[in-house]
Order: sequence, then structure tokens, then C-alpha cells
Amino acid sequence: MTRGYLSIIVVLAILAALPFLVASNVVLNFVVFVLIITLTAQGWNLLGGVGGQNSFGHAAFFGTGAYVSAMLQVHYGVNAWVALAAAIAGGAVVGWIIGFLSFRAGLKGSYFALVTLAFAEVLRILANAMEFTGGAAGLLLKLDTGFWNLQFSSRAAFVWLALFFVALALFISQWIANSRFGAHLVAVRENEEAAKALGVDVLAVKLRAITISGAITATAGCLYLQYFLYIDANIAYGVWISIEALLAAMVGGRGLVLGPIIGAFSLHGLGEVTKLAAGRVPGIDLAVYGAVLILVVGFAPGGILGLINKLRFRGRPRPEPEKAATPAPKTEEAA
Amino acid sequence: MLEVETVTKRFGGLVAVDAASLEVRKGQIVGLIGPNGAGKTTLFAVIAGFLKPTSGRVVLEGEDITGEAPHIRARLGIARTFQIVQPFAGLNVRENIAVGAYLRHRSAADAHAKADAVAHRVGLGEDLAKPASSLTVAGRKRLELARALATEPKLLLLDEVLAGLNPSEVRDIVPVIQAIREDGVTILMIEHVMQAVMNLCEQVYVLSQGRMISEGAPEKVCTDPQVVEAYLGKGAAERLARMETGHA
Amino acid sequence: MYPISIVAEAMLNGLLTGAVYALIALGLTLVYGVLHIINFAHGAFLTVAMFAVWAAYVFLGLDPYLAIVPLTILFFAFGYVVQRFVIGPASHGDDGNILLVTLGLSIIIENVLLALFQSDTRSISTDVSFQVLEIGGLLISKARLYGFLGAVVVTALLWLLLVRTDTGKAIRAVAKEKLGAQLIGIDVKHVFAVTFGLGTATLAIAACLLMPTFYVNPRVGGAFVLVAFTIVVLGGMGSITGALAGGLVIGVVESLCSLYLGDSLGQIGIFIIFILVLLLRPTGLFGARA
Ligand SMILES: Nc1ncnc2c1ncn2[C@@H]1O[C@H](COP(=O)(O)OP(=O)(O)OP(=O)(O)O)[C@@H](O)[C@H]1O
Ligand SMILES: [Mg+2]
Repeated sequence: MTRGYLSIIVVLAILAALPFLVASNVVLNFVVFVLIITLTAQGWNLLGGVGGQNSFGHAAFFGTGAYVSAMLQVHYGVNAWVALAAAIAGGAVVGWIIGFLSFRAGLKGSYFALVTLAFAEVLRILANAMEFTGGAAGLLLKLDTGFWNLQFSSRAAFVWLALFFVALALFISQWIANSRFGAHLVAVRENEEAAKALGVDVLAVKLRAITISGAITATAGCLYLQYFLYIDANIAYGVWISIEALLAAMVGGRGLVLGPIIGAFSLHGLGEVTKLAAGRVPGIDLAVYGAVLILVVGFAPGGILGLINKLRFRGRPRPEPEKAATPAPKTEEAA
Repeated sequence: MLEVETVTKRFGGLVAVDAASLEVRKGQIVGLIGPNGAGKTTLFAVIAGFLKPTSGRVVLEGEDITGEAPHIRARLGIARTFQIVQPFAGLNVRENIAVGAYLRHRSAADAHAKADAVAHRVGLGEDLAKPASSLTVAGRKRLELARALATEPKLLLLDEVLAGLNPSEVRDIVPVIQAIREDGVTILMIEHVMQAVMNLCEQVYVLSQGRMISEGAPEKVCTDPQVVEAYLGKGAAERLARMETGHA
Repeated sequence: MYPISIVAEAMLNGLLTGAVYALIALGLTLVYGVLHIINFAHGAFLTVAMFAVWAAYVFLGLDPYLAIVPLTILFFAFGYVVQRFVIGPASHGDDGNILLVTLGLSIIIENVLLALFQSDTRSISTDVSFQVLEIGGLLISKARLYGFLGAVVVTALLWLLLVRTDTGKAIRAVAKEKLGAQLIGIDVKHVFAVTFGLGTATLAIAACLLMPTFYVNPRVGGAFVLVAFTIVVLGGMGSITGALAGGLVIGVVESLCSLYLGDSLGQIGIFIIFILVLLLRPTGLFGARA
């Protein structure tokens, strides 16, 4: 349990120190972007990774976070922090509604994935068509840096801001992992019938998960807005962000607290390397992501962290399947 | 403690349970036997809330719970095991049992302590850190029992927890069930291993083709010609009786 | 609001588009009916097929309607290989994994096409592209009429193939009872791959029928994928005739939505139908193949 918190703190410390070590805006830009992806994926991971309800539509929450905040600031001049709070609440509400409709209808597996995608697409089309959301032109935030406006001229400051929220999500995830709710959520993922028999209110657990998940991912959408100061429907509600969320969590290690952050940095690191190697060929990094996804699903279902665990246990007496009839010749290590 | 009142369950045209009634009094171990496909598991599913009966009522401690969801019934004190074991395959034994323990314990420390205690009780003490998927058949049956027990039930529904075990494994687990009952847990068990039924149960119900065809003390039920026929086919009771008198 | 003639024309156009939608959905529903999997890369495969039609026309001067024969064969082989050597091995037969693997495939395909062709939109215009027929005062594009007829013919052929041929019988046997089929000596992996190949082959035909009046860019398949899923759930998972009926309905719905709500909202009707069908009839959906 404490080991979990310890590794979180180590990872956070490294990232927090980064702006002191690197001054390059390119690098800091990269870090901010990847942290936003991380946060998006942390939301996905709670529902899809821990809870086993694969969503293809986390854009619905990301976009809601971004749009709620943008509309409040642009149309009503609401303070950015207040707008952020409203955006988080908005993500939670949209999560609850989508969850209520789909889980009550008993949608699971591929069907749940597709219905979330459809919800996100409906929101995208609406945001793209309505005047209130800026239509196809999108919404632009006025540049006005300052802490109270949640805008920073220094990239380092934004790294720390994003890191703050990522840290919050990490601690929440770790806390959930050690809690009754977390145990129930995992039980629902592994076997719903058995969970019910043990007194788990499956619907309530899933609803709670998708609500928190929506809130976390909406926070990421809001940060995206504050950083780039512009959104439109294809950015905020686009399929790309749903896929980013899923990819990062899957690649890092689905269901694991550090999965999204490890996955997001590895994946985008790989993407940058690919772009360097292949030159400016559009889409080449994404094609690599697709290949990585297939490889992970097929050959490393535990993602990067799963692979590391496997390597760590190599040679040590691992928990072996108990087969009383055939005592397997185990090579014990005297270390 | 538990009353099942003329419960009928249809699957389309098939009547799996046909106006079956039974009663379990507090502190008893009651057996439910019957040939394959008699509807025993279906009746359990109705009692535990996994299936809605087509008609009839389920009453727990005087309260009608026919409309309650399975997790509510678990809270009220009904725990069931599954004939086809349903482990949380990706979790280890301790985590599996802890899910049950969380029903009455909020904190992780309490739930894990409870899980460990239950595991020792059913003989899984050595396997706490093992993945559930690595357990043998006997181990998985024990895990089913442990998880159900961890919810601290008043009424335990055991669906063939002895099936698939070898005689020595059966000998190991029978005293465990006895001890559970001595702790005040009422038990209703489906069982094909007649030896165990004879040893454990004070009252036995016999279900055949959805109908309750006999009830009473195990010795009495076993010699009931209707029961013999249900198991061995029409005319079997007569043939048996003739054979017996022939030998005598 | 609108004069009847405009509404009638919109509906007719919807039917014509709907038939091609149905053809696209046909492959999806076939694969679902047998393999019980949802192929998320279906739209991406369609994009590839459309690029193939375009390339055959531009580089080889092959008319889209003549390209049907070679491309159908080619895409059958393509689908066979992808199922047998990529999707099958990487998914371990798990339904959630298949969705993710096919998602991965669609990402790869879309972006490789993007790398090769950039995001430009390409189209071809053959003799038939601009020809119209007049029926009862309504103008109908000849190419779209051919598309409609082609879709109906292919649906009928596929149905015959499933019902009348040995291959069809093997496919249906595997769909009904995988283990049993295996026991009587059917090579299940082969049948899976054949079915998948048939699914992609229908996409090649759809692409040939679409291209004279449509355009292609690396993302075009994405627009079709949810439409095809909607048709499949509407028509009943795995049902061939259901796909045709569902396709026609969706074509008309889309066309009328565009008429009344404007182009930007045109597709919203489809998604809402999709959501409603899934939410309101989930038991029907699972019940079909539980
Ligand atoms: N969900 C279901 N849908 C349709 N039929 C079912 C369903 N569940 C059970 N049945 C049928 O109901 C009948 C009773 O089955 P059940 O599993 O209750 O028998 P059982 O007495 O537990 O048998 P066994 O001793 O083999 O475990 C069987 O004919 C079975 O095929
Ligand atoms: Mg049974």
C-alpha cells in the first residue's frame, strides 16, 4: 500500500524537477501536452482499466469540460477557476447520464464501447452546429495571463499546474485502489454475477466509476482549453482524444495507478522518435500507435508495467499454479 | 428462517421449477437433492434473487423478499455459492475473499483480516497470495465457500460444493461445513454426494422435474419409492423392492 | 413545410444512398453473425477499397464497374489474411480484445493512407457520373441507380451463398455451434477467415459502386463506420435481409434529417437511432446470439 504511494511520489518528483533541468520550450510544450493526455487517460483508466468498461467515447467528457469552461468564460465572463469547477461538475453529470442510460440498459463490452462513441459523436455534431458553442468556428479565450485567470506565460508554471491535477488524480486512484469501492469495481470487472452474490450493487458501482471518470477527464479538457486558449468541436469532442485516453492507459498498464502516466509518456516519446526518424510524414506517429495497441492487446495485456513486473519476477519463485499431482521441478534461487 | 412458497420458474416453454415449496428453520442444515436438470440450481437462483420467479414468494425471516435484488439479499444475510465456480480470475485468493468481507467491513484492513481468517477456516490459508486462476478444482470450491462465508451470512446456500472432489477432499471439507453450522449459520445445500447428505443434513427435500416430490429425514427420503423412481426410472422402486425381498 | 416533390426526391435519394449503406453494413453483419465480433476496422477497409478503385481508374484506366471483379477477389484475399494472421492471433478470441485490435488496425490504415495520400480529397468522374434518368418527374442519377441495383443483387447473392452452397452451410454451422462444427471436422479458423474475407469483399463492391458519385480521403471510412453499425443493430445483428432493410431506413432518415435540420446536423439522426436501439432493445440484440 505505502509502496504504491512511494512510486507515485518518485514519478511526480522527477516531473516536477523537469522545468529546472530543461529550459527548452519544445520539451516543456511536449510535457504539458502529455500531462493533459495523462489526465484524460487517468479518467479512462478508472472506468475502462479498473472497472473493465471499455469506453470509446471519453471525448464526451473531455469536450464537456472544455466547452463548459469556455462558454462560461466567453459568454458570461465567469472566473476561470470557477469555470474549471463547473467544468468538472459538468463532466461528472455527463458521465452519470451516459452511465445511467447505458448501464441500466445492461450494455457491456463492445456495445458499451460503441454507445459511448455514439454519445460523443452526438455531442460533437451538436457543438459543431450550434451557435452557443461557437459552431464550426469554435471558441477562443482571451489571452490574459495570471494565476486567477488560469493562464501562465511561463511554460514551467503550466507544467506544474497540469502536474498538480495529475498528482491529484494519481492519489485519488491510489486511494480507490485500496478502498472498498476499488475492490467492488475490480470485482465487477472480473465477474458481475459473483460480485452481485457478494452484495455488490453493480449498477451503483459502475455509475460511481463513470461519474468520477467523467470528472477527471473533464478536468483535462479544461486544462487543454486553458493552455491552447482555443477549442472547436473536432478537437474537444473528436474521436482522437477518446483514442488517446484508451491508448495511454492500455499501453502503460490498464487498471494500474501509474499506467496512464507511463503509457502517455512512452507512447508520445515513441511518437516523437518516429517523427524524427521518418521526417514530417503526416500521421506516421499515429500509425505506430495503432501497431503498438495491437501488440499490447495481443502480447502484453498488462502493458509496460505488466512487462516490467514479469521481468522482475523472473528467476524468483513466482506464485505457481498448484498442481499437487505433478510436482513441477522448480529451480529455487539461493539469493 | 427461509420459506419458499409455491415457486414456479419458466424458461419459455420449459417449466424448470414447478410450484415448489420448502422451509428452512434457523440453525438447520437442509439438503436439496434431485436428479440432473431437476431445477435445483434454478430454485437457488430464485432464492438468491438472480432469477425472478414466474410466480410464488420467497420469504426470509417473515419478510417477503421476492422483489429484492441479489445484492440486497446478500445484505439481508443470504449468501450463495455457484455450482459452476465463478472466481474473480484476475485476483488472488485474499482479494477474492475480501470482496465478500467488504460487505460488513468498510476498511481495507478489516476486510483483509476477515478474509485471512475465513481462508484459514476453509483451508486456503496457505494460498492467500496465489492467483485464483491457479487453484485446483478443490481449491476453487473452497474459494466459493470462503467468499460466501466472508459476507457473514445468516443463510448459506451451497450448490454442489462437494461435486468433483475426491473422497479425501470430501472428508476434509465436511467438518468445515459442520463447524460453520455450529457457529449458527443456517445452511441449505444442493448435493449429489449422498454420503455427505446423510452425514450433514437433518432434513432433505427432493426435487424432480421441477416438483418437490418428497421431504423428511434423509433415511426416510432415500427409501421413498417416488424418490427412487425419480433417480432410477419408472418401476425401479418395485424392482428394487423385489430384489431386496429376494435376497432376504 | 417543403413541397411534396422535394420530400419525395429526398426520400428517393435516401433510398439510393441507403442501398449502398446496406451493402457496407452487409459485411459487418455477416462477420458479426458468424464470428460474433464487431469489426471496428470495417470503415478503414472501405477507405482502402475506395482508394483502390480510384487508383485502378487513375493509373490503369479501369472503369469502376469493371474493377468489381478483380477488386472483389483481391479484397477477399485481404480479409482472409487479416483475420487469419492478425486479428485471430492477436485477440485470443476475446470480444473486447477484437474490438481493440480492429481499432488498432483502423488507426494504422487511416494514418498510413494519410502518409501516402495526405488529407486531400480525390474523386473520379466516369461517363456515368453525371448521367440522369427521369422517372415520373424525378431526376435520378444513373450511377446511384446502379449502386442501388448492385446492392440488391449482392445482398441476394450473399443470401444464396449462405443458404445454398457448402461453404455457406459450413459458415452457418460455425455460427450456430462452433464446438460442434469443430467436432464434425470443419476447420473453424478457415471458416472464420473465409467469412471475414467475404465481408471485406462486399466492401470492395460497395467501393466500386460508390466511387463514380462519391469522393475518397483517408478519413472517409470513419464517416461510414457508425452508420454501418447503426444499420446492423437496427436490422438485427447477423441478419442479411435486416441489413438491407436497415440500410434503406437509415438512408431515408439521413436524407430527411439533412433536409429538415441542415447538412451539419444530418447525421445526428443516425446516431440517435443507434443509441436508442442499443438502449431500448439490448435484450433483443444479445438475444439474437446469446
Ligand atoms: N437460463 C436458462 N434458460 C433456459 N433454460 C434453463 C436456464 N437455466 C436452466 N435451464 C433449464 O432448467 C432446467 C433445470 O436446470 P437446473 O440447472 O436448475 O437443474 P439442476 O437441478 O441444478 O441440475 P444439476 O444437478 O445438473 O445441476 C434444465 O432443463 C435446464 O436446461
Ligand atoms: Mg445445478
